[in-house]
Amino acid sequence: MSKILVIAEHLDGKLNSSTARAVSAAVAVKGAAIDVLVLADNVDAIAAEAAKIDGVSRVLTVARAENAHPLAAVLAPQIAKAAAGYSHVFVPSTTFGKDVAPRVAALLGVAQVSDVMSVETAHTFKRPIYAGNAIITVEADASHTVVATIRSASWPAAGAIASSAPVEALTIDAALPTHTRFVELKQGSSDRPDLQSASKVVSGGRGVGSKENFDIIFKFADRIGAAVGASRAAVDAGYVPSDLQVGQTGKIIAPELYMAIGISGAIQHLTGIKDAGTIVAINKDGEAPIFEIADFGLVGDLFKIIPELEQALS
Amino acid sequence: MKILVGYKRVVDYNVRIQVKPDGSGVVTDGVKLSANPFDDIALEEALRLREKGVAEEVIVVGIGPTDLTAHLRNGLAMGANRAIHVVTGDAVQPLTAARVFLKLIEKEQPELVILGKQAIDDDANQTGQMLAALWDRPQATFASKVEIADGKATVTREVDAGLEVIEAELPAVITTDLRLNEPRFIKLPDIMKAKSKPIDTIELGSLGVEAHDHLKTTHYAAPAKRSKGVMVKDAAELVAALKQKGLL
Ligand SMILES: Cc1cc2nc3c(=O)[nH]c(=O)nc-3n(C[C@H](O)[C@H](O)[C@H](O)COP(=O)(O)OP(=O)(O)OC[C@H]3O[C@@H](n4cnc5c(N)ncnc54)[C@H](O)[C@@H]3O)c2cc1C
Ligand SMILES: Cc1cc2nc3c(=O)[nH]c(=O)nc-3n(C[C@H](O)[C@H](O)[C@H](O)COP(=O)(O)OP(=O)(O)OC[C@H]3O[C@@H](n4cnc5c(N)ncnc54)[C@H](O)[C@@H]3O)c2cc1C
Repeated sequence: MSKILVIAEHLDGKLNSSTARAVSAAVAVKGAAIDVLVLADNVDAIAAEAAKIDGVSRVLTVARAENAHPLAAVLAPQIAKAAAGYSHVFVPSTTFGKDVAPRVAALLGVAQVSDVMSVETAHTFKRPIYAGNAIITVEADASHTVVATIRSASWPAAGAIASSAPVEALTIDAALPTHTRFVELKQGSSDRPDLQSASKVVSGGRGVGSKENFDIIFKFADRIGAAVGASRAAVDAGYVPSDLQVGQTGKIIAPELYMAIGISGAIQHLTGIKDAGTIVAINKDGEAPIFEIADFGLVGDLFKIIPELEQALS
Repeated sequence: MKILVGYKRVVDYNVRIQVKPDGSGVVTDGVKLSANPFDDIALEEALRLREKGVAEEVIVVGIGPTDLTAHLRNGLAMGANRAIHVVTGDAVQPLTAARVFLKLIEKEQPELVILGKQAIDDDANQTGQMLAALWDRPQATFASKVEIADGKATVTREVDAGLEVIEAELPAVITTDLRLNEPRFIKLPDIMKAKSKPIDTIELGSLGVEAHDHLKTTHYAAPAKRSKGVMVKDAAELVAALKQKGLL
């Protein structure tokens, strides 16, 4: 039988929804027992949240001051030790998981399956390559631990239950390196919904033209309660910070509604939004590739259309 | 200080990848190949560190088939001092690539290894992290700013929550994100100069590393296609359509 260890992702004492998505992937491995591992300085609140995820048998915690920030070099040896006896280690495919999981795999001497989109059997998975232009089926060696990162956009968050799974503290005897130190995290402080879990996202591209002009995107997003995203060109041009980039090398998202405004629709951008429910494109160029995949397309000047949309809403 | 740079050849990012109808692979015959964009950024960063006097030598490393030479010459033309070509006809998975880099590190003793955060063919995003684990040294992935001073690297990393700054004692592994720098273009005279720069050739087998197939790819499929939707004539029609779907 499969025993799966899911590594919890969290920030500021709160569980990230990517964890419940990784649990969904673990549930897709038939008959698996699923434990969630929380590594933090203060584990209690995070563990309590994890214990309420449907499908979780146990929550294991390692509370150490060194775990205050997610440094891969510090976390990986602990995860590798905790993985003993597990057939699988699943980690969200976010920058957190992408950083730490390969380090765990290498310590265990095993390969890693990146960006799992679907679970076929306990050792067979589907994952995207070439910016999502091909989907491969990969088979992992059944005699090894499977280390995999889970592509959040492919999995719904497992629901919350009323009861709680038991929480157990683990003592892990691992020497932790001091060669890597956290200095600071500069967060784009925002009251807006989180880009990765929002049900609606409004994104702006190079067509928006400047940092000042981007206000029109922010205002419209606020109007409909959406998170804000951007193309690489918009980020490179300094209109918005890098954590708003959507695409192959930015965030892969799956909102119910995605509105691409002044974005041409390069394959690297489309990779990030393939799983969106409904895609709306607004672009002044009727030939822009974004219209090939948009459910609703509107040709025109965004600076004229957005005010019209706001008006139509009121 | 010496810097080792991963310089992988991949299908050019402008190529529209086609999956073979029988699901045995993707069409790579005759398609344009280029340096992995993240590796051009890695090389650029190494060259800038050399120009600032932080590093003396920049070595580009390619792991792949015999015809990789021309690709490595591009790295030399861009400015690397020399190249190492680890020859193998087999596909190289990240764990194998990491083991190869570790062998080269033992030989070359670099203080910094800069790799791309991901190769845009397989999109694995693993090699640098695996190498750092095997080497038991710090990793600073997804770097958008690197400063080297007093035996340590201060690296700004592009993470989901924003920008994270970490300090890593050298030697260390850094993997590059897109905004770290803008790689220079190769000039014609540099291509001529590169012809006399050395490329060491090493058989993968002679490093004591096996090109294991840790993961087997059993099938390739084209992604599910999104069908083209409808064009609406104005903002009012768009709002009505989205309201009808319960999205607004
Ligand atoms: C290795 C690699 C990785 C990459 N990763 C990513 C990634 O993760 N995410 C990403 O987005 N890109 C990525 N890119 C870049 C990608 O190839 C494109 O360059 C980028 O997506 C283009 O952004 P854009 O659509 O905003 O800009 P453009 O392609 O310049 O498009 C701007 C659009 O705005 C329209 N427009 C202009 N003015 C107006 C107006 N007033 N009203 C309405 N429409 C207007 C134009 O018609 C045009 O279609 C990557 C590239 C590489 C090589
Ligand atoms: C359909 C298909 C066919 C393939 N056929 C071949 C083949 O015939 N021969 C072959 O060699 N590979 C082949 N590959 C690629 C091989 O499978 C990948 O190199 C391997 O999976 C590593 O993944 P990655 O490069 O995405 O790793 P990542 O971890 O994403 O790479 C990160 C970084 O590591 C460094 N790096 C990784 N590999 C190398 C390398 N080989 N040389 C220099 N630096 C490197 C680079 O700096 C790179 O930016 C093929 C891949 C696919 C999808």
